[in-house]
Amino acid sequence: MSASTTTQGNTAEYQADTNVGKIANFVDTRVGLSPIIKEFGRKIFPDHWSFMFGEVALYCFIILLLSGTFLAFWFDPTMVTTEYTGSYVPMQGVEMSAAYASSLNISFDIRGGLFLRQLHHWAALLFSVAIMVHMARIFFTGAFRRPRELNWVVGCLLFVMALVAGFSGYSLPDDVLSGNGLRIVDGLARSVPLVGAYISMLIFGGEFPGHGIIGRLYIVHVFIVPMIILALVVVHLFMVVVHKHTQFPGPGRTENNVVGFPVGPVYAAKAGGFFFIVFGVLAAIAATVQINAIWNYGPYDPSPVQAGSQPDWYMLWTDGALRIMPGNWPFTWEWDLFGLVTLPMAILLPIVALTVFIIGMFTWPWIERWVTKDNRVHNILDRPRNAPARTGLGVAAMVYYGVLMIAATGDLIATHFHLAVNDVIYLLRFLFFFGPIIAFIITRRVCLALQRKDREIVLHGRETGRVQQLPHGEFIEVHEPLDEYRRYKLVAFEDNQVLPAQQDAKGKVTGSEKLRGRLSRLFFEDRVAPVTPAELDAAHHEHAHDVHELESAGSSSSGH
Amino acid sequence: MADHRDGLPQGKKGNLLDRSADEQAVFQDPGLPPHRPRTTDVDSGAAKRAERQVALLFAISIIGSILFFVGYFGVRVDGDIYSVTDSAPTAALRLQNLLLGGGIALGMLGIGVGVVHWARTLMPDHELVEERHDVVTEDQRAEAEQIVGTILDESGIKRRPLIRNTLIGAAVLAPLPFVGLLKDLGPLNLTPLRHTLWDQGVRLVRDPSGTPIKASDVTLGSTFHVLPENLMDLGHEEGYLDQKAKAVVLLMRLDPDIVTVTPGREDWNVDGIFAYSKVCTHVGCPIALYEQHTHHLLCPCHQSTFDLANECEVVFGPASRPLPQLPIQVDDEGYLVARSDFTEPVGPTYSQRVIAVNEMEEENGN
Ligand code: HEM
Ligand code: FES
Repeated sequence: MSASTTTQGNTAEYQADTNVGKIANFVDTRVGLSPIIKEFGRKIFPDHWSFMFGEVALYCFIILLLSGTFLAFWFDPTMVTTEYTGSYVPMQGVEMSAAYASSLNISFDIRGGLFLRQLHHWAALLFSVAIMVHMARIFFTGAFRRPRELNWVVGCLLFVMALVAGFSGYSLPDDVLSGNGLRIVDGLARSVPLVGAYISMLIFGGEFPGHGIIGRLYIVHVFIVPMIILALVVVHLFMVVVHKHTQFPGPGRTENNVVGFPVGPVYAAKAGGFFFIVFGVLAAIAATVQINAIWNYGPYDPSPVQAGSQPDWYMLWTDGALRIMPGNWPFTWEWDLFGLVTLPMAILLPIVALTVFIIGMFTWPWIERWVTKDNRVHNILDRPRNAPARTGLGVAAMVYYGVLMIAATGDLIATHFHLAVNDVIYLLRFLFFFGPIIAFIITRRVCLALQRKDREIVLHGRETGRVQQLPHGEFIEVHEPLDEYRRYKLVAFEDNQVLPAQQDAKGKVTGSEKLRGRLSRLFFEDRVAPVTPAELDAAHHEHAHDVHELESAGSSSSGH
Repeated sequence: MADHRDGLPQGKKGNLLDRSADEQAVFQDPGLPPHRPRTTDVDSGAAKRAERQVALLFAISIIGSILFFVGYFGVRVDGDIYSVTDSAPTAALRLQNLLLGGGIALGMLGIGVGVVHWARTLMPDHELVEERHDVVTEDQRAEAEQIVGTILDESGIKRRPLIRNTLIGAAVLAPLPFVGLLKDLGPLNLTPLRHTLWDQGVRLVRDPSGTPIKASDVTLGSTFHVLPENLMDLGHEEGYLDQKAKAVVLLMRLDPDIVTVTPGREDWNVDGIFAYSKVCTHVGCPIALYEQHTHHLLCPCHQSTFDLANECEVVFGPASRPLPQLPIQVDDEGYLVARSDFTEPVGPTYSQRVIAVNEMEEENGN
């Protein structure tokens, strides 16, 4: 249609001169590249080191797709029993599943196979690290606020899917450790009230371990989960383009603009180059650091287990939650209700603890919006110190997560520091409840202190380390005033207020509104307001006085 | 903090105290700071040097890719990898992994670092500004609403509730067959959870050698990892692992002075030799650690601790139930055999467990 309008409109069709130009032009006139290039070619992206963790996660995912596809060429996801005949002597003649045998083959008889396995596994670890750090960045800077709440939810889904991807992959080689992980899944599934044992039967195709689980996990691992992750990543990035990237406050940055570098060439070069750097670093690690040496563990067998065996790090917190729950203290946590139903609360409560964390994560943008009643669009990020309560809560959540994670290594900690395992667990139980509270209080105070420090710097300038003596003997440190750009960075934040409980339309203050009012107080009561120009003026007058004294002292001394 | 203005927020601004209009209250944005040139912007020598550095990094990448093939074809990992005595990787395999991986690493890093260096030193670093636009504008929204209205109107779905309601019903039911299909993922029969291969007269044999155990073999302080002898007849395709996962047992002799035995279980041990299920009652890991001086069994997974002196009561950790005891006796030839199967389901708890326990008690009572 557009072609016909061009000819009818008598506008001469564009002719390219170079060969590249001709090819590009051919493609453009068939599929319409121009609008895409117009939209993206010079799109602006803000630059900050903390913005790159999402990129790392994306690149890890690409590397996982690539290395995983190679692994899939040789991996045999079946549980039929074979006798190992490969070149790893200690296992020769041992009966094992085809899955385990093929994993050994990849490690020892496919040239570069060991590298691929290690690259895949290291990439999986970095993938989950990057996702979590990225989420922390989003949380602490308030980037999840309107209009980006839904993208936060997509991110949370990606976090969950990364766990599923990692766990399903870890289980594929069918060695002792991965089988033991599955055994725990059986135990967890069984704990679900009423239907648990049936769920376990459905998962394993009968009693644990059965003959089907590896094949089922395989389709989950190489198809279902990667497809879901891919779809989520597409939606995620699409929304980033729609919203445009957030930016930190600073001179020239407003809610209505984006300041940064254009995609072409600078941003594309930096981001594209960064992909190769991530790949290179992971390859270097995979070349030098052994991971998951499955040949040491042996094929899955329900009888042996190694002490001190840990799951991959991203699963540690689930394991830790199971560990710190007492099974029999102060009374038994296995409840037989009316002789009809057994409820293993010692397993269900840890599952609740994990679920609470995940639900809190998903819903936080709405919780915060409810407390602050802040429904404005936010394209400018908060510096974490300027949102003391949120930052405190984030650190509290990290402590909660961290305590669970550390709990999963409780036995290693105990042996390493020559403590009793029991004492370590008692301490962790205490920290599980009180650690987050303490962390919240401390972090919030630290934020407020940092805010006050910012005020000081704006009002009295930066400390230079130079000390001078005033005529009457007092020593003062010379402060250097900030230039207006630096100053703006420190004063450009929003001055949020406590919003006490409000009456509703009927003139009543509801219970939930009272709660909201109290939370709002917790959020903003001690807030530190940004310096105003008037305050700065006043401070300058004071300074002028000091400086004047100094100068007159200098002149009088030279006068002697 | 000197500052306590208690003004209630205005309009839709939530809790924000909006003073943007007041010049004395907020600083005005000074705008983008002036651009500071880099050395490569002003010094053509520096620019030339940066150019050479980038080229060098790309050359390193080329060398890396060649290195990969040196490792691939140059290093021979012949014959048997890993000897029986030494389970460390052979030097050749390690070297090959290093060259293959190192080659790829250099190949990637050379490109990556080179391109980033290029971008940082030689591409323009002027910050640019782009305007943002609202995600939707109000007139777009109105237009879209109108279109949706038209669509609904033309479809007539609002005017014809009969169609609407049957469609909803159909749409709810249509996916159900696919949920139903999932039922055959596994048998929905819980009785196997109650039983193991143990039965009256089944010999206790060593794991993995399969040799039977005489009572006199079990000395104070020794532990035996035990299987039922009839497991040995089972092929791998006949549920060997499934049965093994339930039937594994730990056997040890305890000092008769320290053990308490509940009434009814007096004849479950053979002169202080006790057999307990090795499957943790928490979430099912095999119990592996026996601390002789405390007579505790420890589960390596989550550190549940069971007291052998007290019929494996839980003394610490997340398990709630003692390990089930396997009743044993001695057969005519002096070998240890089971007196019966376990009298309760082994392993982790499930909802129907209490029913199973009650029914099994009744059966045993008869
Ligand atoms: C989406 C993120 C992914 C994560 C987090 C992940 C994670 C893992 C992990 C931790 C393992 C165990 C590795 C070992 O030590 O052997 C594994 C194995 C495996 N993965 Fe992935 N993976 C992902 C995507 C993929 C994809 C897309 C494929 C294929 C298309 C794939 C194919 C495989 C195969 C075949 C194995 C078994 C290899 C072996 O046992 O030797 N993975 N995965
Ligand atoms: S499985 Fe034994 S303590 Fe958890």
